[in-house]
Amino acid sequence: MTDERIKQVSALRRAMIRPELGATTGTLLVFLFFLLIAGDSGMFSPEGIRNWTVVSAQFAIIAVGACLLMIAGEFDLSVGSMIGFAGVVIAILSVQMGWPVWAAILAAFAICLALGWVNGMLVIKTGLPSFIVTLAFLYILRGLTIWLSILTTRQTIIGGVKDVAQNDWLAFLFGGVVLKDLFAWFADIGLIEKFVAGTRAGQPVVEGVPMLVIWALLLVAFGHVLLTRTKFGNWIFAAGGDAQAARYVGVPVARVKVTMFMFTAFCACVFATCQVIEFGSAAADRGLLKEFEAIICVVIGGALLTGGYGSVIGAALGAIIFGVVQQGLFFSGAESSLFRVFLGTILILAVILNTYIRRMITGER
Amino acid sequence: MSAPLIELKNIQKHFGPVIALAGVSFEVKAGECHCLLGDNGAGKSTFIKTMSGVHKPSSGEILIDGKPVTFDSPRDAMGAGIATVYQDLAMIPLMSVTRNFWMGREPEKRFGPFKFIDFDKANKVTLEEMASMGIHLRGAEQAVGTLSGGERQTVAIARAVYFGAKVLILDEPTSALGVRQTSNVLATIDKVRKRGIGVVFITHNVRHAMAVGDRFTVLNRGKTLGTALRGEIKPEELQDLMAGGKELAELEGSLGGTI
Repeated sequence: MTDERIKQVSALRRAMIRPELGATTGTLLVFLFFLLIAGDSGMFSPEGIRNWTVVSAQFAIIAVGACLLMIAGEFDLSVGSMIGFAGVVIAILSVQMGWPVWAAILAAFAICLALGWVNGMLVIKTGLPSFIVTLAFLYILRGLTIWLSILTTRQTIIGGVKDVAQNDWLAFLFGGVVLKDLFAWFADIGLIEKFVAGTRAGQPVVEGVPMLVIWALLLVAFGHVLLTRTKFGNWIFAAGGDAQAARYVGVPVARVKVTMFMFTAFCACVFATCQVIEFGSAAADRGLLKEFEAIICVVIGGALLTGGYGSVIGAALGAIIFGVVQQGLFFSGAESSLFRVFLGTILILAVILNTYIRRMITGER
Repeated sequence: MSAPLIELKNIQKHFGPVIALAGVSFEVKAGECHCLLGDNGAGKSTFIKTMSGVHKPSSGEILIDGKPVTFDSPRDAMGAGIATVYQDLAMIPLMSVTRNFWMGREPEKRFGPFKFIDFDKANKVTLEEMASMGIHLRGAEQAVGTLSGGERQTVAIARAVYFGAKVLILDEPTSALGVRQTSNVLATIDKVRKRGIGVVFITHNVRHAMAVGDRFTVLNRGKTLGTALRGEIKPEELQDLMAGGKELAELEGSLGGTI
């Protein structure tokens, strides 16, 4: 027996109504837009591509964490402060206290995971909205970061990481460049230009793929598979969709949410470590506003602010939109302050489109 | 008749000074539909929450297969084969039928060191179980939000049955449904009963109860007013018992019909 009032759904429509539809469309539009207005500005040269790829990858790393946490029904506003905090921890331990860089990085990860656990437990045990709990940590961690930095070095920037991280194996995993041979070959066959003068003459202008980009790809793939293919992923949806209904059928909602807070903190620490190794320094104001930028990527990617619905691939596309727009406006010579206007507009449009798509999928009226 | 699957004897439940249940006795046998009727505030919800492990009784005994048990959590009750389908908390609308059906008990298959949900099996079983309850879905991957209220109840019932419920408690499954949907859910109850599962059907609608019930117990002000077998009692009498008095009978007379 089929209900005659349910229309047959075409394969095309079924392929279209996915949470990522809005973000996919947005990504195509953004690329099209900048190809038209900035196509000859160098934005799509190898260097230009590396430029916005790295920026997008940075957004993607924190967006994956924010995405899974939001689907599980919670927010983490302390991500930005945690980035600053983790960076300063690495710099103080390695430069000021003389720890090997790998040990400093591992310590930063341990501290971040512990902070994520504290965030999660506070939210679970008090029943307060995660918005408030993590807002408190936004201030606590930023304050601690500045205080620690000034206490040890009397300034808010701690340099010298580059020297100590030179031959560190773990530092390479965050700040290194891979596939150099492939890119050298690209240069040989003329796909990428070579430097013609200076100390790096003869080397390709883009020497390889930064580890940051590899981390972004790995985290996106991991998050996507975890969410859509595993039991734990089903619990993430359930915890955010209706925690009480999930508990009734035996889903360990508290454990799922706390784990997601810890995963978000892990992503923040990956971001922080890559940044510290790349710049060779830590600064107390790093990561400012990153929590909101991560949430914007996730929302552009089709996730529901109230939890229970969303896509990691969508969030990654949101990160690409974010990165391409930010760098594209720079390449096209637009006033940089317009970036925020553009971003706000995209955010509103994305949310309206995604609300509509979601209604199509779920049949809400 | 066989021995009861679950038997509750003289259950009392006090919340501070409030006596919500003042000695309720109730039993369900395999393959029967035992209707628990009562007006709002009669103590139906408190009673089924006691039966499903949410509340602990202040006094009284719960026996399963003749042996006394205590439930510390809904999980304990589920482990003993008592499944409860709540009216509003049954399903998560944004998730697919399959994801809802298997929530908390996802089937997995190994892939090297990793374990993934076995969606082929999950979808197949979901469609089969729904079909056996008389609902043919377009696809198991459609969101539960696209289903009607009756179909959602059926997913929850099919889920409980598939995972081995011996006693199925249905909390007002028909109260928010239209006529067609209601008859579908009542037909589902009949199918479940025929599989030898004991059904506890909570309702305040006498006509729905009369349609499928084998036995009827009326709750009023925290007490059982008695249990009657099918054929022993008329709908009007049940209605009067539920309302606990004569006013309703008079009202009915002046309205000239049944409620």
